[in-house]
Amino acid sequence: MELRRRGFIKLTGAGLAASTLGALGFGPSGEALAAAVRPFKLAATTETRNTCSYCAVACGILVYSAGDRAKNAKSNIIHIEGDPDHPVNRGTLCPKGSALLDVVHAPTRLEQPKYRAPGSNEFKPVSWDFALDRIARLMKHDRDANFIARNANGATVNRWLTTGMLAASASSTETAYLTWKTVRSMGMLIFDNQARV
Amino acid sequence: MTNTWQDIKNANVVLCMGGNAAEAHPCGFKWVIEAKIENRAKVIVVDPRFTRTASVADVYAPIRPGTDIAFLSGVIRLLLEKGAIQREYVRAYTNAGLIVREDFGFEEGLFTGYDEQGGSYDKSSWHYEVDDQGYAKVDDTWQHPRCVINLLRQHVDRYTPEMVSRICGTPQDKYLEVCELIASTAAPDKALTNLFALGWAQHSVGSQNIRTMAIVQLLLGNIGVAGGGMNALRGHSNIQGLTDVGLMSNLMPGYMTLPNDAETNFEQYMQTRQYKPLRPGQTSYWQNYRSFFVSFQKAIYGDAARADNDWAYDWLPKLDNDGYDILRAFEMMAKGEINGYICQGFNPLQSFPDRGKIRRALGNLKFLVVMDPLDTETSRFWQDFGPQNPSDPAKIQTEVFQLPTTCFAEENGSLINSARWMQWHWKATDGPGEARSDIWIMTGIFHRMREMYRKEGGAFPDPILNLSWNYTDPISPDPEELAKDMNGYTFTDLNDASGAVVLRAGQLLDNFGQLRDDGTTSSGCWIFTGCYTEKGNQMARRDASDPREQGIAPNWGWAWPANRRIMYNRASADPAGNPWNPAKPLIRWNGSHWVGIDVPDYGPTTKPSDGVGPFIMNTEGLGRLFALDQMVEGPFPEHYEPFESPVPNVLHPKVESNPVARVFADDRAAFGTASDFPYVATTYRLTEHFHVWTKHGRMNSILQPEEFVEIGETLAKEKGIEQGGWVRLTSKRGVVVCKAYVTKRIRPLTVNGGSTHVIGVPIHWGFTGQARKGYGANTLTPSVGDANSQTPEFKAFLVNIEKTRPPEPENAANA
Repeated sequence: MELRRRGFIKLTGAGLAASTLGALGFGPSGEALAAAVRPFKLAATTETRNTCSYCAVACGILVYSAGDRAKNAKSNIIHIEGDPDHPVNRGTLCPKGSALLDVVHAPTRLEQPKYRAPGSNEFKPVSWDFALDRIARLMKHDRDANFIARNANGATVNRWLTTGMLAASASSTETAYLTWKTVRSMGMLIFDNQARV
Repeated sequence: MTNTWQDIKNANVVLCMGGNAAEAHPCGFKWVIEAKIENRAKVIVVDPRFTRTASVADVYAPIRPGTDIAFLSGVIRLLLEKGAIQREYVRAYTNAGLIVREDFGFEEGLFTGYDEQGGSYDKSSWHYEVDDQGYAKVDDTWQHPRCVINLLRQHVDRYTPEMVSRICGTPQDKYLEVCELIASTAAPDKALTNLFALGWAQHSVGSQNIRTMAIVQLLLGNIGVAGGGMNALRGHSNIQGLTDVGLMSNLMPGYMTLPNDAETNFEQYMQTRQYKPLRPGQTSYWQNYRSFFVSFQKAIYGDAARADNDWAYDWLPKLDNDGYDILRAFEMMAKGEINGYICQGFNPLQSFPDRGKIRRALGNLKFLVVMDPLDTETSRFWQDFGPQNPSDPAKIQTEVFQLPTTCFAEENGSLINSARWMQWHWKATDGPGEARSDIWIMTGIFHRMREMYRKEGGAFPDPILNLSWNYTDPISPDPEELAKDMNGYTFTDLNDASGAVVLRAGQLLDNFGQLRDDGTTSSGCWIFTGCYTEKGNQMARRDASDPREQGIAPNWGWAWPANRRIMYNRASADPAGNPWNPAKPLIRWNGSHWVGIDVPDYGPTTKPSDGVGPFIMNTEGLGRLFALDQMVEGPFPEHYEPFESPVPNVLHPKVESNPVARVFADDRAAFGTASDFPYVATTYRLTEHFHVWTKHGRMNSILQPEEFVEIGETLAKEKGIEQGGWVRLTSKRGVVVCKAYVTKRIRPLTVNGGSTHVIGVPIHWGFTGQARKGYGANTLTPSVGDANSQTPEFKAFLVNIEKTRPPEPENAANA
């Protein structure tokens, strides 16, 4: 095993724990003080490897969440930092990546589907079933009304030009693949991603 | 990127032009500092602004936005004049010696074949002379007057240092200093890397900006080597991945292209995709297109894609134009030709040019679906937010759905970085409230539609009903299964040359060399084959070891194609197979194999004496100084002014701007002139913000809380604008009222004998989130794109600026 920085810190940490404080020269008062010190905050968290969601340097990050992933325990992300093992960022993060936690917990994170009716001045909370049923119905209605099976020359073209889609720039490659499959199977050509802007 | 982030440290010269990596890609930029410290590299920055990247440069040269082709064409002129090229590399690895057709030419800003009415070219003359076997003719002595290098020399002859300075506003002494440093890397053991981003792409000549630099790099022998390459620093965490998977109007996964109306059957489609070699014995790897295509159709349609239905070819939609890119889509929407629109993690109201047009267009929709973790401006386009988003909701009939999604920390999957690394990431927690993954939402819509087509019938349901969906959890397919789908499977036993079984039927493929065109293999994205094999998820690998510490890290994640970290690495060795730079070799020929620290971009046992070119995707196997018919403007780059420019095109006043750019009539009517809008504006990111996302976070909103523009001291004095004072910035398309930051870092340029001021417009504000309300830079920008890619011209346009009063207190209170 190649010993990288984080591994080194862990090993030295383990070494310290194995020795007694007394052996390091602490007297009884030192032991009392040590007992009163709060344990390291991240010690009871779950560490998850992830990638910063901003630019394409793709810095490795470590996400720390409270909770042990037990079935009925709700985990909560409490800290994010750079992954010191990552060959590109080597633990560092920029002013954006350092503040990822604030965006994960932004007050403007959306938590429920909402619907704005024609002419309305507000969003109203709706159920997922309402939203997805209605979207699917609107899409099918539009596709059935405007699908072009053949062009003016009679050639098969099978395209749908009255509904379009923009795909994300921070979603996973797997999401992208599933999105391509579903959207193209419907014949959609107005389809683009953030690469242009 | 052709190379890796860490490989930047191997460069001798780093050219930062068309990007500001220190602020936009800070943790990648550390490798530039590493190059300076460990490799004594010289750093050049060419930028309209003295950025933080410039602050650590050895040479900083200012440039007028939109004139990079003139600057770099002058570099090419000087390299050729001084013979500062890596001659053996250029002779053996580029098309310098290939002979161009006699009827090709260039005059008064136009190449041969221009059709003024259609605004496009007949490109037939943009080709090599071919012999009776169909191979390009060549003169390796470069004596023939029409061999590529002589035509290139002739083409760039007009770009003298005087002319470059006149067009670009770069002082001649600085310009020559830059040229000299660039030229120093023509030595076989020296490399220059260039780091660029949207500063090159977001122009009406964006693709040609990049082409010009590629020509420079080929002449210097800097492609395929450690510390070299063309390094596009991509701006989003998976924008590389979404492009690789073909989520663009004309693309299929793995850079295959959708058929058009003229390609009425599969064989016709394949005719223009045969990629027959243009020189004897060349690889021309796209010759395998049929295998990639058939395997793809098998991946998405399974048993329904068969030889007797042309592998379900008809189920792909056919294009009746170059593509339905974003500019065309919003033009159609503005005209009321689109009824429905879905925005998945994308905020066009703050991202696309001419925000007023975007807002009007969205109001013409019958329905808008927004899937996002955050409360985006686009999802609230209909709501009145005062001057930053004036609206009368009662008049807008669009149904709007705002669907909450999970974010990066709440899902598994791969992201593809700028260096093509596929890195798997893991879910740390569930999303808040009822937030769901994009996979769950897209599946939910799809299943509902499919069910309706099953029950009710409707327009051509076949591709929807037959879409392959063999996932363990059909409601929310596991990303691991989707990744395996993209990697691909074999449906029969695969044997090696000795007859031994390499893979059994049903197993995951190892590499794209195993793909077949007879329906016995599948692959959802051929360039990814190898990312998820029988050995497991290669993207989840986390071994950071790095042979010779040369910046390859071959066992960390997985890089497409074939886990190759440096593209074109065959060119790192001379024709005999010995590294040009023995201190930093990538691969070399050991007498029977290509060996080294990277996966060879070449046949592993192809002998040097076979004369196979290193650019194996190209039909002639060579790097192209002359681009044939691959670019819409011409085979050589030419300087065209931005569509809004303060000066005429001094090279050819009759052809001011890109002659083949597509401009819609309403957009052309919204172009301003220098008499009304005398200043050049350019947009950019700040280091404290990421687009309009981070203003939803508290920390970034504290760091940069409100919209501002940057202006130079001279202009501020002329206009009576104080530091931090309020200004009104206008273009023909809109108004932004914000504060001015007066700086020494932007100075007036002397262009064509006059003085030109540049104004900087950061892009990060809108009317949702925690920062103060802002308009957004795209309120001002023109709706015209690069003629090849339709990337909007955000980096050079015209504005006016006036001192103004602070906004009314009630607006300030809302802010």
